[in-house]
Amino acid sequence: MEVYIQQMVNGLDKGSAYALIALGLTLIFGTLGVVNFAHGALFMIGAFCAVTLSRILTFSHEVVDETRTDFLGNPLKVDVPYIYDIFGEATGSVIIDWAVPLSILFAIPVMIAIGVIMERGLIRHFYKRAHADQILVTFGLAIVLQEIIKYFYGANPIQTPMPDAFEGVFDIGAIIGFGTGEILYPYWRLIYFGFAMVIVAAVFAFLQFTTFGMVVRAGMADRETVGLLGIDIDKRFTLMFGIAAAVAGLAGVMYAPIVSPNYHMGMDFLVLSFVVVVVGGMGSLPGAVLAGFLLGILESLASLQEVVALVPGINQVIIYLVAIIILLTRPRGLMGRKGVMED
Amino acid sequence: MLGLNKKDFLLLLIVTMLTMLAPFVLNPFPEGSALAQFNAGYPDLMQRFVIFGIFAIGFNILFGLTGYLSFGHAAFLGVGSYAAIWMMKLLTMNVIPAIIVAVVVAGLFSVVVGFISLRRSGIYFSILTLAFAMMSYQLAYSVLTPITGGETGLQPKVNDPRLLDSALVDGATPTANLFGLSMRSSYELEIGSWLFTFNAGYYVAAVVMLLSFYLAIRIFRSPFGMMLRAVKSNQNRMKYTGLNPKPYTLAAFVISGMYAGLAGGLMVAMDSQVGPERMFWTASGEVVLMTILGGVGTLIGPVLGAGAIKYMENIISKINTEILHSWFSFLPDGLEDLIVNLTYPFIGKGWHLTLGIVFMLVVIFLPGGLVEGAQRIAGLIRRKDKSGGMPPASAKAEPAE
Repeated sequence: MEVYIQQMVNGLDKGSAYALIALGLTLIFGTLGVVNFAHGALFMIGAFCAVTLSRILTFSHEVVDETRTDFLGNPLKVDVPYIYDIFGEATGSVIIDWAVPLSILFAIPVMIAIGVIMERGLIRHFYKRAHADQILVTFGLAIVLQEIIKYFYGANPIQTPMPDAFEGVFDIGAIIGFGTGEILYPYWRLIYFGFAMVIVAAVFAFLQFTTFGMVVRAGMADRETVGLLGIDIDKRFTLMFGIAAAVAGLAGVMYAPIVSPNYHMGMDFLVLSFVVVVVGGMGSLPGAVLAGFLLGILESLASLQEVVALVPGINQVIIYLVAIIILLTRPRGLMGRKGVMED
Repeated sequence: MLGLNKKDFLLLLIVTMLTMLAPFVLNPFPEGSALAQFNAGYPDLMQRFVIFGIFAIGFNILFGLTGYLSFGHAAFLGVGSYAAIWMMKLLTMNVIPAIIVAVVVAGLFSVVVGFISLRRSGIYFSILTLAFAMMSYQLAYSVLTPITGGETGLQPKVNDPRLLDSALVDGATPTANLFGLSMRSSYELEIGSWLFTFNAGYYVAAVVMLLSFYLAIRIFRSPFGMMLRAVKSNQNRMKYTGLNPKPYTLAAFVISGMYAGLAGGLMVAMDSQVGPERMFWTASGEVVLMTILGGVGTLIGPVLGAGAIKYMENIISKINTEILHSWFSFLPDGLEDLIVNLTYPFIGKGWHLTLGIVFMLVVIFLPGGLVEGAQRIAGLIRRKDKSGGMPPASAKAEPAE
């Protein structure tokens, strides 16, 4: 029993990442009707926002430390981050330690800006063209973004540590009545899960309880009528693209300590996120979230030893298998509306 | 001739001439000169031109004619490769059975995938094919290791059974051959400071490519090709006229899958090794890039696209800063450094960036690819000639029409 719960919990963090990326993807599809293959790249750029901020924070100058000497007897030169000069050493080191969570503040404006520029500069011209063209141009864009990142940050994964306070594991088993050490889960992944839930809740609340969100939902249902009412729906949809980009970016920022960011991490997640969107239902927000967690947990359960012994290789292909079965039996997805992209 | 009209026959003739004379055409610069690095006339790259040409021709039969965008065609290439290498391990190092079996196995696999994937269209079809390809890739990497060799892949070994071949001399490595003619054997011709290499493997692949190009022309011009275009333009109308689009689409899918298998088999025939990375979805993406870049739905486009991308991959990626400096050395120092620094991100390891940008520009401005670009330029020149030769009155009358 413990093993199953452990595996389910293990699937949560990946499921969270799937859910967040898929949420953005389906948001873009639902509002603009565009299939965005560059969404994985946005996730990747988010992760590199974290890398960038921690690099900015640790930007240092050389200071001669008179109290210490190196092995030749000369005074030792040490690198001191500028941030120590501004806030003092104690506060400065805490700020550097918390670079990843701080990157959230840094990433939101950056990602919204990237999203808006992308939509206004490129995607806008593709509304009227076939889905195949949209896939192709965003696929090209994904390659370009990925190569730009590779040019500036190199091809190797860059370790981005989490704050010291969150290192270590959380003993879930002890809390819910199993023996200590039976079900363990790293603190950071737990935080990632919580963070994902907050983001999902925020997006839903924004769409459900604000006037802006109401207009956007109306636009999703019937764009033309909303336009006829004198509302500039294009402007709002552009901002929604920015928000979707920010959601993907934030998913990337917080994922940086889990997997060291590298330039192709976006592509790795993209395919799976698309599968998630399709399983959840094209354009359905709750579907994307549900399917994200469902597939994350399913993937994790399928890598249980008993299951793998029964059906070898099932852990590698379970997500694709589920997607194939769903597409063939219920093409609108788990929670998709009837008639949306069903053919 | 050959059942083709005059224009198509001319096209086939030109392509035949170019592929047969490729060692000359692709090696225009003398050995040792500064421009020699732009020479593409070495066997390895020429083989890749024609093999990826076949792959793209096949992909174009599906995407260009029916409009179904498959993101999983690399799976068929991979399956074909594995089938070919097993023939080499078990039966004979002769490439003929390997290639034939590669085509057959890839065809069977594409029947299965196509039958399921074609139940949906549009983006769902793309994702279904993607899912199948990724499944094949993952399985080849993990569980199917006994068949696929996992991460290390497969090569023919000295002690493989090879029922039809006579035993090798001890220590000799098995080489792929065509009735004894090794695929690696080359004839080198030196004329002045030029060096031309004629490689047996390249000519085998080139002949196969010409045959498949011919077949593609026939398909394009046949009633069957017409049906496939009907699938693209309007499936509903096709159904109303009492035709079922399904069998036609499936046939196109299987044909393009067999082309991919053929390309995979030829790859094995040339370098005698396979690895699962050949099936990764970015490899499927590459053939999409080739087809679009060259001109989707045109006959020659995919071949051009395959050539352009493989040329970029091999030639641009080899340019480094030193070479750039030597090119711009005639400029003043500051300007030279500036230009080199500005160009640097786009060459060498950054060639993917160039590829991505070129591809985006093509999709945005030239949906018909290089072929459309060439037609537009030709159109411009022709119009210029016409307006130059005609009296101004008729030129003025044109806009009124």
